[in-house]
Amino acid sequence: MKAIVSVKRVVDYNVRIQVKPDGSGVVTDGVKHSMNPFDEIAMEEAVRLKEKGKVTEIIAVTLGGAKNEETLRTALAFGATKAIHIKEEGEIQPLTAARALAAVFKKEGASLFIAGKQAIDDDANQTGQMVAALLDLPQATFAGKVEVEGNVATVVREVDAGLETLEVDLPAVITADLRLNEPRYLKLPDIMKAKRIPIEAVTLTDLGVTAAPMVMTTKTTPPPTRSKGIMVKTTDELVAALKAKGLA
Amino acid sequence: MSKVLIVAEHAEGKLNAGVAKVVAAATPIGSEVHVLVLAADGASVAAEAAKLAGVTKVLVADSAAHTSPIAANLAPSVVELAAGYSHVLFPGTTFGKDVAPRVAAKLGVPQVSDVMAVHSATFFDKPIYAGNAITTVETPAGTIVATVRLASFTSVAATGAAAIEKVSVATVAATHTRYKGLEAQKSARPDLQSAAKVVSGGRALGSSENFKVIFDFADKIGAGVGASRAAVDSGYVPNDMQVGQTGKIIAPSLYFAIGISGAIQHLAGIKDAKVIVAINKDADAPIFEVADIGLVGDLFTVVPELQSKM
Repeated sequence: MKAIVSVKRVVDYNVRIQVKPDGSGVVTDGVKHSMNPFDEIAMEEAVRLKEKGKVTEIIAVTLGGAKNEETLRTALAFGATKAIHIKEEGEIQPLTAARALAAVFKKEGASLFIAGKQAIDDDANQTGQMVAALLDLPQATFAGKVEVEGNVATVVREVDAGLETLEVDLPAVITADLRLNEPRYLKLPDIMKAKRIPIEAVTLTDLGVTAAPMVMTTKTTPPPTRSKGIMVKTTDELVAALKAKGLA
Repeated sequence: MSKVLIVAEHAEGKLNAGVAKVVAAATPIGSEVHVLVLAADGASVAAEAAKLAGVTKVLVADSAAHTSPIAANLAPSVVELAAGYSHVLFPGTTFGKDVAPRVAAKLGVPQVSDVMAVHSATFFDKPIYAGNAITTVETPAGTIVATVRLASFTSVAATGAAAIEKVSVATVAATHTRYKGLEAQKSARPDLQSAAKVVSGGRALGSSENFKVIFDFADKIGAGVGASRAAVDSGYVPNDMQVGQTGKIIAPSLYFAIGISGAIQHLAGIKDAKVIVAINKDADAPIFEVADIGLVGDLFTVVPELQSKM
């Protein structure tokens, strides 16, 4: 059984985001990038399914410019058996990405599509669901636990009201939430080995994908800042301060 | 002319409180605001939705396919009924985030996630990078699908009386997805996402048993209870109590961060709180940088003391 894992290169989650003074976006040049943390969790889950013998092949797929190759190398170091780079230098929004990923899924005859629930740059939380829609597949988003038995995946989803359990027939789309697993530390030999694995390059045109209409960003601004308030020494002072604000 | 369709979230015959906030976001977009209830029997939910001020019509599509909140069954019904609408809005909850992209993909249109301000029918603000930057986006021609960031809007009043119309859909429940149930924390406390006051505990609580300090204090002041990711990951409390970037984003009038250091991921979830009170024994904790009122001290002494004084 083949699993496709989509992986995205994003600004590293430890980087303090700076908005450009001219409002044209956030500073991404000269800033550390890494694999989207939710996609790392998706990768880890695929590797665990392979270790359990449920999955035989893991195909990591990314979209974007030349630099995205490093994200595929990370995926290969995790244990992906194949990597596909959908090359596109311009901005790619979720629906176009989903069309391309759905095309790869079909072409590869995969049974499982796993991705992070969202990327930590645009925070869109759309691509997995869109892939499922385009392929008319079942979806289990925000997965906190995944079990695959034969042709069925049982997924515990982290929803607002608690933990929801869905059973989906494969092929299916699963998106990974934070608590699904803890991704392993990559070992140097695996990282070195991953550098020698060839990466397959395709374009949107090769895949027969037309770009979807785009949402245009007209301005980027820093969020309003909260200023530091007052410090109190005792609970009496705290109660008084709350009373002054009409809150106690 | 803008015409808005809001897909209602509901459970056990009750409308989700977030829908009243989505109506607030929809009102400046268009004069016609319809709420769509997809349920097995949506009568009681529709009656609640009809009261929301600004709603001009409620559509109820009763179908066995809508019995459980399964995106693969709900999305086709929304797509079927979306014709003629300029905007299809969902609450920015796990329900909305699950279903909305499936609708957008089927319609072949882009989605705007987490709308936090509406400038016009085509210009919206949305956060990126966990709220560390805000973008203003312009949507292209055609239908727009969007989820609404609930913490950014104030609920409309329940003073309306919109007409309720029954509609039918061709959706047949997919056999590929089976709903096996929800493990929900039953609680008499105010709902975390709509509570006016929220008390959250962090790693410093140290154990599940010690969290009683937080629960007791919350019950005294009638607050909802939340937790930091550290407290959830340590197993002190269940995941649905997590406040922050990957948990719930909330906007109470009063927020108590107790024994929470204030990691950036947690702060992303409380930026819209009106007043933040921090209690932490570490005077250098980053939470004090954003707190309106800070108190350095041991929470196990301070919180019971505060409880007796409020």
